[in-house]
Amino acid sequence: MRRTLAILAGNPLSALGVLLIALVVLSAIFADFIAPFPEHRGAVVDFVNFNKPPEWPYIFGTDLVGRDLFSRILYAYRISLILGVVVLAVAVPIGVTVGLVAGYFGGWTEAILMRITDVFLSIPPLVLAMSMMGLLEPTLTNGMLAVTAMWWPWYTRLVYNLTRAEKEEGYVLAAEVIGASKAHIIFREILPNCVPSILTKMTLDLGFVILIASSLSFLGLGVQPPTPDLGSMVAEGAKYLPDSWWLTVFPGLAILVAVFGFNLLGDALREIFGVDQ
Amino acid sequence: MTNPILSLNSVTKTFRTGGREVRAVDGVSFDVAEGECLAIVGESGSGKTTIANMILGIYPPTSGTIAYRGEVLPRRRALSHRRAIQLVQQNPLSSLNPKRTVGASLRLPLDVHGIGDRSRRWERTGELLEEVGLPADFRSRAPAALSGGQRQRVAIARALACESDLVVLDEPTSALDVLVQARILRLLKELRERRGLTYLFITHDLAVVRNIADRVAVFEKGRMVEIDDVEAIFTRPQHPYTRGLISAVPVVTREEQELKDSLTKEEA
Amino acid sequence: MTAPTLLIRDLHLGFKTYGGLVEVLHGISLHIGQGERVALVGESGSGKSVTARLVIGLLQMMRGARVSGLLQFEGRNLEKLSAAERHALRGTRMSMIFQDPTSSLNPIYTVGAQFQEVLRRAAPAIDRAAAMEKAARLLDEVLIPDPARVLASYPFQLSGGMNQRVMIAMALANEPSLLIADEPGTALDVTVQAQTLRLMRDVVERHGTSVLFISHNLGVVREFADRVYVIYKGRIVEQARTADLFENPRHPYTQALMRAIPRVTGGGLPEIEEESERFLEPLVVHEGCGEPGGMA
Repeated sequence: MRRTLAILAGNPLSALGVLLIALVVLSAIFADFIAPFPEHRGAVVDFVNFNKPPEWPYIFGTDLVGRDLFSRILYAYRISLILGVVVLAVAVPIGVTVGLVAGYFGGWTEAILMRITDVFLSIPPLVLAMSMMGLLEPTLTNGMLAVTAMWWPWYTRLVYNLTRAEKEEGYVLAAEVIGASKAHIIFREILPNCVPSILTKMTLDLGFVILIASSLSFLGLGVQPPTPDLGSMVAEGAKYLPDSWWLTVFPGLAILVAVFGFNLLGDALREIFGVDQ
Repeated sequence: MTNPILSLNSVTKTFRTGGREVRAVDGVSFDVAEGECLAIVGESGSGKTTIANMILGIYPPTSGTIAYRGEVLPRRRALSHRRAIQLVQQNPLSSLNPKRTVGASLRLPLDVHGIGDRSRRWERTGELLEEVGLPADFRSRAPAALSGGQRQRVAIARALACESDLVVLDEPTSALDVLVQARILRLLKELRERRGLTYLFITHDLAVVRNIADRVAVFEKGRMVEIDDVEAIFTRPQHPYTRGLISAVPVVTREEQELKDSLTKEEA
Repeated sequence: MTAPTLLIRDLHLGFKTYGGLVEVLHGISLHIGQGERVALVGESGSGKSVTARLVIGLLQMMRGARVSGLLQFEGRNLEKLSAAERHALRGTRMSMIFQDPTSSLNPIYTVGAQFQEVLRRAAPAIDRAAAMEKAARLLDEVLIPDPARVLASYPFQLSGGMNQRVMIAMALANEPSLLIADEPGTALDVTVQAQTLRLMRDVVERHGTSVLFISHNLGVVREFADRVYVIYKGRIVEQARTADLFENPRHPYTQALMRAIPRVTGGGLPEIEEESERFLEPLVVHEGCGEPGGMA
């Protein structure tokens, strides 16, 4: 703990990462209390105050139907975070298990599992997601499904390489000589040694999942209106540049803050866990 | 030899690497008597580690048999066979899982083999630690909080936990400082006497062998070139490779230098 | 009397960590005369390797390192030299060989290419043909058969013993006055280690190179060094000519070390006491082995 604090204190960028993420997470959780116009997250129309530049009480301005951008960004954070957490919660266990099994058993198991992984990795992520969304209905659930399908192989790759290295360690030999089960060796001996790297990657990925989800929405394939989403907000606002600049700039900045924050936090974790990549 | 605890009968192991067959162990036969310490001596490529791995059942011999108390060990080992033959590795830094406490590592063999009452097992880990000269409360520590010598004691305690009678010691002290090595060697000797253990002591260090082994088997390039009582090996080594090994030992006293000189003279 | 090749006076080293300052060296003094082979022997964590790295100048730039004391090489204060001047000394006037020869050579270049790089440090204008000729002569000196083949090989194509010899030849290529050998050959087989040590001793003797020999193995030290410093927990505890030290070790720590080494002539396993207060007793200096200038 002391070491952790010392690292954060010694590296202002890491501290900034922690700060930014705290800001994002807290605003997502407490959006109901912070947002000046909570009802603006839905289909509200206020033609008196539409398309206003930043001015009190609309500090980020309003959109084309008069909704407060600041309130909508807070709620968009909430959806982005839920999306990121759900995607990782599904992708990571799958990817990690496949990687552990392929790395530990080797031989045919490894050959088959890793070739499947390679197939998924060889398809450009956005193309895969777009074709899936084309087949299915463009809903939030399907969006998550698409992003999950393209995310797990990265964890398989990571954990597979870690497992192959850990397998050579003496403690694995010791467990085998004792007669411990394969499940014990894989999940109780090897997995704990992969956890720091996995956690670090998850933190970095939260930012990227948000980015990908935003890209999908930007293309009109993600979260559907009137649900607030950073990607769709940027896409919508881009049509009115440069006059209504606030429509694009603030949601864009919001994406930047989240992605940048998770990246800095990931780097900090990497230093704290002593993980080198 | 009456009723050896372990017998190897023309054991051969070949590995295939890059289309080439490499004979790592070539027609090796020897018996290990109950309660003795047999040293397996050789340099890298001698096949000593391959022999240890076959005895431990990490992989089976390509041909030949390994028998434990007269019973030929099958390709797939039963749990009871695993329990009977245990291992202490060279590097205690890697042989203990850094993410598990000392107690968790010691408890594993007890759980796997169902040794002792479930509720007593945690207590048992403390007793094992005390038997190797460590305080019982070390079980809640991480390996990283221990010195090299302490870690090796934990690894020894883990081998004892199975209550096996044959322990393969794979260079158990070569990663340690001399003062620590001396204490670990004494501990191993005491444990052997107290528990009536049989040791297969794999090492390249002949000075250690001289002081701990009853018999010595010398290996060169996968073949056993000489096996004899420890006295005979050091006073009348028959094979030139054995003589070379002994004269390569860096020594600290005049008597030792004289022994080496007498061996190199014979060579010339 | 000319200046010793290396003179270390009251050298302190500490590391600033998150937990505060950790002292690694508590003021050590030693010297190496011209052509002298001097061993610094101790257990892991005693400070022997950091001393070697301080001399070659690889530790000073590390974050959190605090160094004080005198480091003098051929009469010049090393700490007063600029970074560029120190860099120019490395590989020319002083060189170093490490424990594992195979990993200290670069796997993606041939031995010949690496040799040329080394020779260029002293003679930037040397052409390929001249470099190869000189390299072959050096390899011949460390008894490498067929030097031309070895020069065309990559390190991983050669045995550990062969790589160790290449390292020795490379370290001596520019005729350094000081060679620092950090546990050379510990990663090798015993028979190969014995051969390469004998070889290294012969070669440095012929070249009149001074050697700082870092080791944990008293037996190896006895066969290689003229003089020995025993280091324990960042302090020198005993210094003597090699024969004197082995005939009559006087410091309790040295005595314990000696007793702990198993004898190839037998005699059983000694009883070794736990870490003793007596190991911290003051320095013992044998006759004629004091530091120049009368300082202990």
